[in-house]
Amino acid sequence: RMCPGGDMQWCFSQVKGAIDDDVAEADIISTVEFNHTGELLATGDKGGRVVIFQQEIENKNQPQFRSEYNVYSTFQSHEPEFDYLKSLEIEEKINKIRWLPQKNAAQFLLSTNDKTIKLWKISERDKRPEGYNLKEEDGRYKDPNTITSLRVPVLKPMDLMVEASPRRVFANAHTYHINSVSVNSDNETYLSADDLRINLWHLEITDRSFNIVDIKPANMEELTEVITAAEFHPHQCNTFVYSSSKGTIRLCDMRVSALCDKHSKLFEEPEDPSNRSFFSEIISSISDVKFSHNGRYMMTRDYLSVKIWDLNMENRPVETYQVHEYLRSKLCSLYENDCIFDKFECCWNGNDSVVMTGSYNNFFRMFDRGHRRDVTLEASRENSKPMQVLKPRKVCTGGKRKKDEISVDSLDFNKKILHTAWHPQDNIIAVATTNNLYIFQDKVN
Amino acid sequence: MLLSSLTLICGSAEFKSFSMEDHPLPPTYSEVQEKTISPEKAEEAKLKARYPNLGNKPGGSDLLRKRLQKGQKYFDSGDYNMAKAKIKNKQLPTAAPEKTEITGDHIPTPQDLPQRKPSLVASKLAG
Repeated sequence: RMCPGGDMQWCFSQVKGAIDDDVAEADIISTVEFNHTGELLATGDKGGRVVIFQQEIENKNQPQFRSEYNVYSTFQSHEPEFDYLKSLEIEEKINKIRWLPQKNAAQFLLSTNDKTIKLWKISERDKRPEGYNLKEEDGRYKDPNTITSLRVPVLKPMDLMVEASPRRVFANAHTYHINSVSVNSDNETYLSADDLRINLWHLEITDRSFNIVDIKPANMEELTEVITAAEFHPHQCNTFVYSSSKGTIRLCDMRVSALCDKHSKLFEEPEDPSNRSFFSEIISSISDVKFSHNGRYMMTRDYLSVKIWDLNMENRPVETYQVHEYLRSKLCSLYENDCIFDKFECCWNGNDSVVMTGSYNNFFRMFDRGHRRDVTLEASRENSKPMQVLKPRKVCTGGKRKKDEISVDSLDFNKKILHTAWHPQDNIIAVATTNNLYIFQDKVN
Repeated sequence: MLLSSLTLICGSAEFKSFSMEDHPLPPTYSEVQEKTISPEKAEEAKLKARYPNLGNKPGGSDLLRKRLQKGQKYFDSGDYNMAKAKIKNKQLPTAAPEKTEITGDHIPTPQDLPQRKPSLVASKLAG
């Protein structure tokens, strides 16, 4: 069912979340992630809660199948904490969720807030034992004197119950705020990255973690950059990358040395010094880095663009896509209202032919690499009739505004799409606005 | 400027037909630079005009250290105890503040911060 880039026609499928405009802070969606088969879709929010949706498919064998994501499980992953020693408030906001590949009947995911990573097991229970010797059906213990015979309890079917339980808690390894977790292709280890350090964990061991990158300077006054994202290579278990606030990406090989402070490759696009401004460094800060599924490329997102890098070429990206170049002449206001620090994520489609990222005004952008086409779409309740085709949107940058175009000054900068996810195989995407989750599907799947 | 002064000096009929509108001076190199100033540099000029005391190293340690310190409520235990003392003095004339009210001018103490959610409020996404 792998779909070539081609002519995608995106249709509204579902929207989750409250309709009212008054958004509670806890409801702000902070991460969205499909599992490896795309059957499950997880979201995390600022209130520390995880909601998992499961795909149900109609007409599975037909090319134009309809699928629907319905609530499968929801639980409180993290709670607010106060570190008395450091006088630090620890938010319960879920920064990242990453699924483990499925090994048995249960599903596992890692969820993290600023300080603590947790491994959650999500399992189904559809049978229960009946006919205990010592207990009544309602759980009360029988009077032992009334028990005269022995019987074997029998497993009887029951209504499906999905349970989430925390299996491991990986705590106390990060002084700074965790921005990424990434599961290794070996399915035994994973990394967690904060502003200055990256740690390697074994999924079974919670009381020990190896530090593999440390960029903290001896004198904090000399601090010039922080780690913004990190990810393991999808196939090479010894390779990972991390991005910085200065727009560089370092690729590290864990076979070279125990501490990967020295990179194997440094990816950086040279900058024209005459173009340098106060904003240059801020807008070059990389907010997300993602390997392609085939492992040959990686994509980075900075404030105004998306860049595709060939892992064999360090001196410049092979492709650069402008997300919202019209914002370059608005940087002063965007600095004043802090929007310039917004961290947008990006994602690849299943066969690495199309990439997607979010923007403001609930717009999101897709770049078709092969066909050299791009489109701007909008996630809005106004386009939410079942299977309604999304109309491409256009921002007018100056001069006469055409009908249906929106001018830069009319964009709503409070409506940001920071988190998007693409189904690993099909053209189904999940797009998070502030507090709603939209699911769109390609008309001809 | 040069041409008009030439006209004054020469003042002959030869130059009368030569006007500035017909033959404007080509822009000097610095004028070209100003006209084609990048939008980014224009925005920078705007920012510096509004905040003249803004340092020249935006991505430098100040910004990063602010980011690293996110969540810090008190500088040290002395700061914390002073804040606690202030609250105690404030509290005397009025009724005890709402335990759930953390925002506004009520400086929270660890005792006030919610340790555990009393009841699970489900996400509206699951509604």
